[in-house]
Amino acid sequence: MAVLVNKNSKVIVQGFTGTEGTFHATQMLEYGTNVVGGVTPNKGGTMHLDRPVFNTVKDAVVATGADVSIIFVPPAFASDAIMEAADAGIKVIICITEGIPVQDMIIAKNYIQNRDCRLIGPNCPGVITAGEAKVGIMPGFVFKPGRIGIVSKSGTLTYEAADQAVKAGMGISTAIGIGGDPIIGTTTREAVELLMNDPETDGIIMIGEIGGNMEAEAAMWLKENMRKPVVGFIAGQTAPPGRRMGHAGAIVGGADDTAAAKMKIMSECGIHVVASPADIGITMANVINK
Amino acid sequence: MNLHEYQAKELLKRYNVPTQEGIAVETVEDAIKAYEQTATATNTKFVVMKAQIHAGGRGKGTMREVPEQHGVKVVKSAEEAGTVAKNILGNTLVTIQTGEAGKVVSKLLIAQDMYYDGPSDRKEFYLSILLDRAKKQNVIMYSTEGGMDIEEVAHHTPEKIHKEWIAPGMSLQAFQARNIAFNLGLSGDAFKNMVKFVTNLYNAYVGLDCSMLEINPLFKSADDKIIAVDCKMNIDDNAMMRHKDIEALRDTSEEDPTEVEAGAFNLNYVKLDGNVGCMVNGAGLAMATMDMIKLAGGEPANFLDVGGTANAQTVEAGFRIIMKDPNVKAILINIFGGIVRCDRVAAGVIEAYNNLGNINIPIIVRLQGTNAEVAKELIVNSGLKVQSAILLSEAASLVQAAIK
Repeated sequence: MAVLVNKNSKVIVQGFTGTEGTFHATQMLEYGTNVVGGVTPNKGGTMHLDRPVFNTVKDAVVATGADVSIIFVPPAFASDAIMEAADAGIKVIICITEGIPVQDMIIAKNYIQNRDCRLIGPNCPGVITAGEAKVGIMPGFVFKPGRIGIVSKSGTLTYEAADQAVKAGMGISTAIGIGGDPIIGTTTREAVELLMNDPETDGIIMIGEIGGNMEAEAAMWLKENMRKPVVGFIAGQTAPPGRRMGHAGAIVGGADDTAAAKMKIMSECGIHVVASPADIGITMANVINK
Repeated sequence: MNLHEYQAKELLKRYNVPTQEGIAVETVEDAIKAYEQTATATNTKFVVMKAQIHAGGRGKGTMREVPEQHGVKVVKSAEEAGTVAKNILGNTLVTIQTGEAGKVVSKLLIAQDMYYDGPSDRKEFYLSILLDRAKKQNVIMYSTEGGMDIEEVAHHTPEKIHKEWIAPGMSLQAFQARNIAFNLGLSGDAFKNMVKFVTNLYNAYVGLDCSMLEINPLFKSADDKIIAVDCKMNIDDNAMMRHKDIEALRDTSEEDPTEVEAGAFNLNYVKLDGNVGCMVNGAGLAMATMDMIKLAGGEPANFLDVGGTANAQTVEAGFRIIMKDPNVKAILINIFGGIVRCDRVAAGVIEAYNNLGNINIPIIVRLQGTNAEVAKELIVNSGLKVQSAILLSEAASLVQAAIK
C-alpha cells in the first residue's frame, strides 16, 4: 500500500495529449500505473493512448472515478490546472511543471488550503510506490520494491538515493519528490510524517537543499516522533550565498538556510546526516540493521 | 532578473508610484545637458548623479580609477556634473556588494534633488516587499530607519521593523496601508500620500511579478510628498513569459559573460572560484556533486545543470563553457541516466570530446542508471583520455587522484 499512490489509484493526466504528457503517460502505463484517462481542453471525446480524453477534470472524475492527477501543463497555465483538479475533487494532485511564477503559486496554494486534497510539487519528479504505481517522470526500474521511503526536493538525487539503497541490499516503499520551488504543496515535514506513519516503511531518506526552513521544521518534528531511523543529506554545502542554484527555491538568503545550518539542526534532532551524497545508501543500511 | 534603478523607476510610474524624476545618460555631454535640463525644471542648482549598477552601497562605494569619487554625488554646476560624469562613466565602482572586482559603470542617472527645504521636516524611511516562504504570502517590511543598512537595523533594533502580510490574491487592504502610514509616524497630507503610495506600490509588485521590491530611502519631502528616491527591483524569472517588455530591459553586461552564453544553450550555469569543473543532470545532483568535489579535496569551479536531455550538443556546449575557466584542472561529468540512456550520453561525451580536439585536463565521466555498464565500456574502448566510473564513491576517488 505504502503512501499517496498505489495499484488501486485511478490516475488522470492533465496535459495528456501534449509532448511531455504523452511521453510520460506512456512510460507510466508501461510501469503498470492505472492511468484511466486524461484532460486536454477542447479535445474531449477523443481517445489518446487507448484512454479517453476529457475537456475538464470534473468530466474525467465523473466518468472514471479518478482520485489522482498528474500535471504536465506549461508553467503559465499550471496553477490553474492545480486549482481545477482540487475543485473537481481529486485527492492527490502531482504537479511536475517547472517554472510556475511565484505569485501564481501563492494563489493556488491558498485555493487548495481548505479543500480535501494534497498537492505534491510543483517542479518535482512525482511519486512512485515501487512495484505498484509510478505517477511521475522517474526511471521506474531504479526503484526496486522494499521498505525504505524517500522524501526529496531533487529529481536525479532521488534516483541516486534509491539506487544506492537498492545496491546496499534494500528497496523502496514510496519515494516522494516534493519539488524545488519556494512554494510547494507538501512540505518536507508533511512527507516525512506520511512515511513515519506508514507500516510498510522501516526507514526514511530525507534529501533537502539550501534555501527555506522546511528541513529544520521536519527535523524539529522528528525529534519528538522518531520511530524509524532517518538518514539526511543537504545539497549545496558549497553553494555561494545569494545565488540561485538551478531550482527556484535553492538560494541561501540568510544564516539559517545554509546547508551547514540545516545539517546541524538535523543532527541535533537525531537524523543520521551524511556529508557526502555517496554515503546515503550505505549509511541507511548501517543504521537500519542496528 | 535584476533591473537598474532608472528602469525600475520607469516601471513604477506605470502604477502611479511617485518617483524621483531623472534622466539616464551614457556620455559626459549628455550628463551636462541632463544637468541643465534638471536644474531648470526644478529651479535649483542641486542635482543628484547616481551610477547605475546592479549592486547596492553606491553612495559609500568609490571609483577604482578615481578613489575620491563616490558612486552617488550631489552636484551644483554643469561643470561639476561634467567632472563627476568623467570620473564615473567607463570606470569601475567598488562597493560593499560588488566585491573587489567592482562593476564598470556605463550609465548615470541624473536626478532631481528632493532634499529641498519646506514647511515640514524631511524623513527617510525603509520599505521592501518580498515573499515570506514560511507563510506563503507576500510581506511588506518597513521601518522609520531609512537610508541605512536594514540588516543592521534588524539586528540591533528589531522592534523598529514592522511587517504587513497580504492575503493571497488580494490587494493591500486600506487598513494595512493606514497601519504603515501610522507606524511611520505620519499625519496630514503625508499620511494620505503614504497610503496611496504603498497601495500603488503593492499593485506594482504583483503586476510586474517582482520577487523583491525595495525602496530605500522611501522619502517624505519637506512639502509632504512621498517619493521613491531609490528602487531595487528583481523580477521573478519564471514570470518573464508574460513580461516581454521587461525582458528587453535585461542588461547582460551586468551578468557573467559565460553565464549569459550558457543561458543561450539552455544550460543552467553558475561560475564559482574552484579548480574542478562539473557537468550534471538535475539541480540537486549538481549541488551534491559540487559538495562531493569539495569532500574529495577539490573546490567546485561551477554549478552546471544540463537538464533532462544530455546529448552530444549539450555536453559539447558544457565542455566549452567549463573550459573557458583557466582555473579548471579536472572535469567531472555526473549523469544519472533515467529516461536518458547512459550509452547515449557516453556516445555524446565521446563525440563532443572528439569535436573539441586537444583537451589537456583529466576528464572523469560517471554514468549511472539505464545501460550504465554498456556506457562504461564505450568510454573505456574509445581510447580517449577519459576515466570512467559507475558509483558516486568511485567518481570521488578519481577526482581526488586527478587533482593531486
